[in-house]
Amino acid sequence: MGHPFRDVAIVGVFNTKQARVLEGYDSQTIALEAALGAVADAGLEPRDIDGVVGGIASNFLYQSRIGPAWRSMSALGIPAVIEGAMAIACGLANTVLIATGEAGSYRQHASTAPWTRPTNEFVAAYGMFTAAEFALMARRHMHMYGTTPESMAHVAATIRNNGHVNPQAVYSGRGPFTADDVLNSRMVADPFHLLDCAMTSEGGTALVLTHADRAGDLAKTPVHLLGGGTDHYGPSYQHPPVWDLGGVRRPDLIAGHVGRRAAEEAFASAGLGPSDVDVCEFYDPFSFELIRQFEAYGFCGEGEGGDYVMSGVIEPGGRHPITTDGGTMSFSHGGASVQLFQRVIRGVQQLRGECISSQVANAEVAMCTGGGSGALFTDVLLLGKDRP
Amino acid sequence: MSMLTPQVGDIPLPDPGPISTPYWQGCREGVLRYQRCLDCGAPTHTPALLCAACASMNLEWVDSSGRGEIYSWTRVWRPVTPAFITPYVPIIVTMEEGWSILSNLVGCEDNAVSIGQLVEVEFHHTGGPNDIWLPYFHPRSP
Repeated sequence: MGHPFRDVAIVGVFNTKQARVLEGYDSQTIALEAALGAVADAGLEPRDIDGVVGGIASNFLYQSRIGPAWRSMSALGIPAVIEGAMAIACGLANTVLIATGEAGSYRQHASTAPWTRPTNEFVAAYGMFTAAEFALMARRHMHMYGTTPESMAHVAATIRNNGHVNPQAVYSGRGPFTADDVLNSRMVADPFHLLDCAMTSEGGTALVLTHADRAGDLAKTPVHLLGGGTDHYGPSYQHPPVWDLGGVRRPDLIAGHVGRRAAEEAFASAGLGPSDVDVCEFYDPFSFELIRQFEAYGFCGEGEGGDYVMSGVIEPGGRHPITTDGGTMSFSHGGASVQLFQRVIRGVQQLRGECISSQVANAEVAMCTGGGSGALFTDVLLLGKDRP
Repeated sequence: MSMLTPQVGDIPLPDPGPISTPYWQGCREGVLRYQRCLDCGAPTHTPALLCAACASMNLEWVDSSGRGEIYSWTRVWRPVTPAFITPYVPIIVTMEEGWSILSNLVGCEDNAVSIGQLVEVEFHHTGGPNDIWLPYFHPRSP
């Protein structure tokens, strides 16, 4: 049996303008703009789409009158991309559009963003939100391994500098940043300073997948899915985020290592290992999560992530450059789902060689991720230029 | 530095469901309760239908000693909503019976927190339509 995604290619990607506030847009209009952008990027017309993923993509389906078509309501990043690919691999659709966007839903900033603080009777009364959830994971790692705020700050400065030089980033030109700048920013949830944390913004994003046999005739170099996986431990932000939270089926895999199983499966499917990854488009809700991911995916040993990120590998020109558009810290964090797709968008752009900033020379393999330990899930997708 | 105290503002309060009602009733009575499996003896929290160790539905409610130690902590300066007074210190406590609970630390200076700190539960009446007594933890001596 051949590779499960041998017949699938990503052929269109598009980010709309991203901004702290997108005046004149709502979530539906910015998502539709993203959808049209991705379809055009692929060199296709709306009528070429016969499958859509995401709630807002249903509006595209209706407005462009391309029904009847296959539809999934999957929404949160990499699992939605994998589902779209599966639909093509299984013959349920030939060309799938995935689109999402958010604008206008969070503009009063006295409270943290609504998607950071779901109601739950065992956490809400204690003032929990994403920064605190992830901080509880980071603090445990510091206790076990001596991981330092300086190593976290170096991660944040590296990602923010990628955004500083990216003209399309919400915080373009805001730097450059040093680790000291991060450490001197105000404390949000110890050990996270303001600049260790993701921002909030608005924007849309979309991508198009099609059958690999057709991909060669389209506008852009096709990018292939070499492997992917998703690791979840339960609902996010409803239960204590315990580093050592384990399971009965795989007691060796604890929540602190969430994403390890997904990465192992992705690498096995691709026939690759961490040393083969040219671009690490790792999801960056908080600086510590990059340190954790390098350990979880096997780039370094447990507890070594802090030293690893300080060893010159994550910067532009390093062996494993991270989050090259500025990520959720500087490029954009457009709500509950938009940014969860944008590591994949950037990975595709890197493999095409079309990034307008921080292009990694001759990138062949990109590792894109989503989620994080504080949310009890991590998703992984390996992209490559060669058809698997 | 500031002394950590229970929140007194209009914070979001629990809305107990059928599984968790015995837990909140215990808090009302000044007792921290958790579920223990009658088949394998393992503890479970947060309140659940299934044992976390063997998936048995044969769970009983038992009283905790109320004592544990801090497993991890954070100190929040940017409140989740303006109703929360900062700083506040979310903690995960490993209870003596081996289960984990999320709460806030009170009864000490905000910079006195550390992993391994021994703590004990206390309850604060927050009222509301469900007459909630919220468990917090304060430092204790060995």
